[in-house]
Order: sequence, then C-alpha cells, then structure tokens
Amino acid sequence: MNVPTMAEMLAQGKKPEILFWVGAAGSYDDRAKKITRAFVKILHEAKVDFAVLGVEESSTGDVAKRAGNEMLFQMQALMNIEVLNGYEVKTIVTADPHSYNTFKNEYPELGGKYTVFHHTQYLKKLIDENRLTINNSKLKDKLVTYHDPCYLGRANGEYESPRTLIKKLGVKYAEMKRHKASALCCGAGGAQMFKDAEKGNKEINILRTEDALETKPEIIATGCPYCNTMLTDGIKAKEKEGQIKVLDIAELIANANGLV
Amino acid sequence: MQYIPNIIFAILLLFGVGFFVKNIRKIIRNIKLGKDIDRTDNKSERWKNMANIALGQSKMVKRPVSGLLHIIVYLGFIIINIEVLEIIIDGLFGTHRVFAPLGSLYNFLIGSFEILAFLVLISVTIFWIRRMIIKIPRFWNKEMKGFPKNDALYILYFEMVLMSLFLFMNAADINLQNLDAAHYTKAGAFPISQFIAPLLSGLSEASLILLERSAWWIHITGIFIFLNYLYYSKHLHILLAFPNTFYANLEAKGKFKNNKTVTKEVKLMLDPDADPYAIPEEDPDAVVEKFGASDVTDLSWVQLMNAYTCTECGRCTSVCPANLTGKELSPRNIMMKTRDRLEEVGKNIDKNKEFKDDNKQLLNDYITPEELWACTTCNACVEECPINIDPLSIIMDLRQFLVMEQSAAPQELNMMMTNIENNGAPWQYNQMDRLNWKDEE
Repeated sequence: MNVPTMAEMLAQGKKPEILFWVGAAGSYDDRAKKITRAFVKILHEAKVDFAVLGVEESSTGDVAKRAGNEMLFQMQALMNIEVLNGYEVKTIVTADPHSYNTFKNEYPELGGKYTVFHHTQYLKKLIDENRLTINNSKLKDKLVTYHDPCYLGRANGEYESPRTLIKKLGVKYAEMKRHKASALCCGAGGAQMFKDAEKGNKEINILRTEDALETKPEIIATGCPYCNTMLTDGIKAKEKEGQIKVLDIAELIANANGLV
Repeated sequence: MQYIPNIIFAILLLFGVGFFVKNIRKIIRNIKLGKDIDRTDNKSERWKNMANIALGQSKMVKRPVSGLLHIIVYLGFIIINIEVLEIIIDGLFGTHRVFAPLGSLYNFLIGSFEILAFLVLISVTIFWIRRMIIKIPRFWNKEMKGFPKNDALYILYFEMVLMSLFLFMNAADINLQNLDAAHYTKAGAFPISQFIAPLLSGLSEASLILLERSAWWIHITGIFIFLNYLYYSKHLHILLAFPNTFYANLEAKGKFKNNKTVTKEVKLMLDPDADPYAIPEEDPDAVVEKFGASDVTDLSWVQLMNAYTCTECGRCTSVCPANLTGKELSPRNIMMKTRDRLEEVGKNIDKNKEFKDDNKQLLNDYITPEELWACTTCNACVEECPINIDPLSIIMDLRQFLVMEQSAAPQELNMMMTNIENNGAPWQYNQMDRLNWKDEE
C-alpha cells in the first residue's frame, strides 16, 4: 500500500494537502489497523494528496492527560508540535476522536494551531466537493445503528457528519434510544481502556451493547477505534458476533465502494 | 398601641433580611476561597446562556414532565413575589391591600396569583409523589439519605404550606369583604379561594379577622424562614443558577485546561539551550505550585460556586456510565461532598478567624480515589446538568493531584504511561514498527 511519509515528501520538496494522523490504536492495534487501511484506500480513491508521520508519530498525550499526568501530556504535545510545525503541517485528519479533540482544543495554546478534521468530517467534505461518491447499492437495506463517540459528540458537538455518511450508504438506519448528546459512553474513555474497571455490577461496554442490540442491527457503526474495541467485545460477550458486525464508517464506505 | 404590629413587622423584616444578607456574604466569602479563573470573556454569549438556561429553563425541559412542573413552580415563585411586595408594604404601614387602587389590574394580578398558587400546589404534590411514592431512582441513590433526603422534602412542605396559607388568607378575606368589615377593602379576584370561602362563611367577623390575620402573619413569617433556610439547603439554586450559568465554561466540553506551570517546566526541559545544572533563580515570594487539587481551596471559585448551586436533582448521576453500572462514582455526590467540605472549611474560618489545619482534605476524607478512577470523562454529567455545573473538572483536578503529587495512579495506568514515555504509544510496541500496518494486507 502506498503511504508516503512527511519525511519522504519533504525530500521530494513536496507538501501534502493533509497529514493523516494514524494514532496509536490505528498504528498498532490489529482491529484498528483495518480501519486505518480502509481510510487510506478511500483517500487514494479520492486522489487526496496526503502523508503520514510514520515512525515520527508519537502518542498525542491525550490519554496521559485524562489519566491525570499533565507533565507527560505536555511533553508529548510539545514534541509533536515541534515535528508538526517543522513540516509546516496545516491540516490534520485523524480517525481517532481522542486525537482529534486534543489537537483541536488543547494543542493550540501550546503552539500547535492546525485545521483539524475527524475522518468522518473529512469524508463528508470530500463528498461535498465531489471528490468522492459513495456507492449506495452494495449495503442497501442493511440494518445499521450508530454509536456516538464521546470525544466526537458531546465533547465537540459533531453528530451530523457520521450520520450523513451512513445515510448515503442506502442502509436502513435506526437510532439508539440514547444518542447524540445523550449517548452512553462505550466505557473506554478517560484512560479506562488501559485499566480494569472499578468494582460495580456490570461492564459499561455491555450496557452500551445492549442499547445497540435494541435496534436489532446487522451493523453497529462507529467512528472511534476504542469504541470499536469495546463494542466488539460487547457483541462477543452477547455471542452475537456471527450476526452483527461492529464497523468503522471508513470501513463501511470502503466496503460499499468495493475497496476491500 | 396601634403601631405595635407595624413595629413587630419591621423587626421581623429587618431580622429576616439581615440574617439572609449575613449568610449570603458568608457564601460569597467561601466561594472566593477558590482560585482565580477568568470567566469575563464573551459577555454577550454569557448573558445569552443565562437568559436561555437559567431564566428560560431550556435544559430543564429536556425531561418534559419534571421540566414542565418545574417551570410552573418557578413562574409561581417569581410572580407571586409581586404579592410579597404588597404584603411587606401592608405590614410596614398598616395598610390592607395597598395595591387595590390598581382596580381591574389588581383583580387580574390577585386572580393570577391564585391560579399560580394552585398550580404550584399541584406541581409540588406531584414532585412529592415522584419522590416518595413512585420513588424515581435518582432520588434514592445512596447519597440521598439523611439531610439531603429531608432537605428536598422540607422544601416541598414549605411550598405546600405557603401556598395553602395564601389561599386560605384570601378565603377569609372574601368573607370579610362580604361582611363589609372595616379595613377590608373590596378588591381582588379569587378564582381559587372562592371555593374555600364557603367553608368559613358561618364564622363571626372577629373569628374571620383572627383567621385572616393569622394566615397573613404565618405566611410572611414562613417566607422569611424559607429565605433563611436557603443558606443551609440545596435550594440555593434559585439564586445561584443565574451567576452559575453566566460564568459556566463556554469552550468545547472536550477541552481540558492546560496547566501553565507544567508548560513552563516542560519548555525548560525541552530547551536545548537550557543549562541543566543551572540553579533556578530564587524568588522569595514564590509559592510552590501544587499540581491538581487535593482540597477545596485548590479548586477555582467557579467550581466552588458549582457546589453551592447544585440542587441535587441527580440528572447527572442518572446518566453517568459508571454509576449506571454500579460503580462508586456519582457526579452529584462529587458536588455534594465539595460543598460539605467547603462548609467545613468556612466554619473553621468563622471559628479561628483564619483557616486552621484540621488534618482533613477533600481528597480521601470526602472523595475517594475509587470514585475518581471510575470516571470515563464522557461529559454526560456536564451535558445533562440543567444549570451547567461541571463535576468532571473537579474529578480531573483531583486525579491530577493523585498522579502528579502522589504518583498514585492504578498500576496498569502507570504501565501505560511508562510505555508512552518509552515508545510513544500506550502499549509496549517498538516505535520503529509504527508504519507496519501499510504492508500487512
């Protein structure tokens, strides 16, 4: 797969239109890597001039900040900003709402000022600019519901881009009872992804999976690699992995357009 | 002799308002124990938020039943206060229905007050039924025992009694007006109390006057008592909701504040020109900055005002993913404990003139690490609060103290952070493998 890095671009004297920020999950987690590749295939199809940082990319520090380690967060942030500003990056696109949030809201004060897009926002922009079309026949009439990632939805008020994209797939869409501003967290945020839950009577991802199952979906769509993990685990716990798939919106589009 | 009631009333008014002002000043002093934070930007949006959210109750109606009932009680409270103005003037000058010369407008006003009083009575009764008969879960979480539970009920009983007295007073007045009793001006429309009036119709003029005067005095005394009860109660929201929505955070909910002291230190660390062995310049006035918060005085004044404003409705807790899955965390309880500790610090200052160390803190003595670590930072509580209280910011400040001052993160999180330091990812992978995904299909 052709994925140019910023270093290669610079060596050729080129500056890409966007930097695709892959994020730690998108780089290392086997499930999330599929989302990364699906998104890159769409970028290729839309002929987007992009690059990644590759080995120069490092944790945004978001999860360290949420875990209370402000020092580590700012170390990561200032180092990343040095790299990004060094390459004169103007526009960042990422498939991780947590990276999206911290770039958009927390980096500017530290000297990192970029135009930041969540990948669903960027894909919608590509469609609006007629650079990408979504095939609405392949997934026609599939029953789909969508889980709002907290750091895209409540944290940044982006509820419509993901839904617009899903509806363009020609699917039958059903909203969960708790959605948009009142959506329930998948349980991964605030560094919970990396620790066991505190003592309780249920796992949060199971509760959220039950919300999704109420809509009787064939596909649960989401826009966050961590939500994806939590809901995939939830579906396994409910022994529904045969009937129901948890997919990122980028995967749905790549799938509909015959890219995977 | 004839001026005795006026004098008694004036004293009552003076004490009622005086104590209230004294207590409000105490609250302001306690709120000012918080750290400075600048919330003076973007005034037009702040006024708009206050108008929509506090005055217009826009977030209350997201839950339509309680929202609608609340609006009735709220409108009743505000509008019936016009009547309190008349009561105060009558009390001070010995007049009766001093606004009566307003004529048909007066009749309209009194008629509206009666209808509102009746609606408030019904709404408050439904509130009581929701709490005590239907037992809506958010009113029965474990923090809602003892005073918090009774506080809510006292407020409902207060309102029931005050509204009933108002209607009862008017019912006696109708009879007195019909008897052409001296002093009882023929004025007012009584759409509700006309139905109570027949019950009193056989009574003598003297008994009716006794009833009317008793209802009048108990009503106004009750209002003064209620006014002063506010300070001890969750009911403070009727005042603080306004500044609270005005000074609330306007930024994206996902934006957590960056600690400026840390920025300075990190910049120094990353500066290739900095001399690592340099002795830092001594500033004799410098106070060692504490990272995060362990007590109420480490929080900002807005966070402390949040604590006084919270009316313990529990909407936050009812949407908290941690609480919904049986964890110890309840965002409402974070606010209640913050207020309890702030009150304790305030009393300490009252007693000792300045704060005397009591070997207690908000962290551990009130809020436990178990609660803090259960939070997913999902912002559901912040979104849900009808008056823009932010429990999450307190949770994050306390977490920051735990991690940065006490290195007391859960072990798994320490491993995650070590990985970030070593290889730039929360998992232990080689940094050089970061792009491997592109060739793995």
